[in-house]
Amino acid sequence: MKTRRDIFQAIADPTRRAIIALIALQAMTPNAIAEHFDTSRQAVSKHLQILTECELVTQHQQGREIYYQLEIDKMKEIDKWIDQFRKIWETRFNQLDEVLLTIKNKKK
Amino acid sequence: MNSNLKFDFVVNKENNTVNIKREFAADLDLVWEAWTTPELLDQWWAPKPFLSKTKIMNFEVGGRRFYAMISPEGQEMWAIQKYTSITPKTNFKFLNAFADNDENPQLPGSDWDLNFSEQNGTTSVHISIYNESRERMEQMIEMGFKEGFTMTLNELDNLLSTLIK
Repeated sequence: MKTRRDIFQAIADPTRRAIIALIALQAMTPNAIAEHFDTSRQAVSKHLQILTECELVTQHQQGREIYYQLEIDKMKEIDKWIDQFRKIWETRFNQLDEVLLTIKNKKK
Repeated sequence: MNSNLKFDFVVNKENNTVNIKREFAADLDLVWEAWTTPELLDQWWAPKPFLSKTKIMNFEVGGRRFYAMISPEGQEMWAIQKYTSITPKTNFKFLNAFADNDENPQLPGSDWDLNFSEQNGTTSVHISIYNESRERMEQMIEMGFKEGFTMTLNELDNLLSTLIK
């Protein structure tokens, strides 16, 4: 399967979810982020790379440091999907309501 | 939809599970029948404008439902639901897998667990869908999005036709 980079891949990994939670509060440097994890700096940097490719975080240069910042709008894509999926079930169930009602009326 | 009927929909991405609860204004016998009879399932399973077409269905442990969701453009998306456990009018479980039109499954699939109970003439159905892989969850997301998007367009059509009148 071709590697795809999207929002769902970004949040599929527990470490990446923790990184997201961390930088949701404030933009951070890779070093500051890595301090919160037991894994190697290299592993954290790999996760940051994936998050960047998923367009969920962006890098900003500030002096000599690079800060990683969360793109909140991108997170909304998740809500959007869940909403669509929920809607399918809603429609499905409303259709079932009608089927049940029709059968009930026939049996009367 | 009767607004007194409960509807819960929770997606838990951390453990790849979707939990859905819904109440129906009908007795357990009827609701169970609607979920386990192909002729009835095809009347409501596909969110309009999609159509549901069940080709094979034997509702028994080890049996299966082989069906397609058909898009308004005529594109068929086949799936197999293999029944792994049935407790009449209480619970049934199946393994769901997308498939080609020759019934070759695309594994891994998802595990569905459906519970039925009745109280004072209202029947509640609780569905738990577990995806063993993230890829499968994503595929479900994509298909859901596709259907959801078509539905949205359809609603727009309805709205437009109302406005034109």
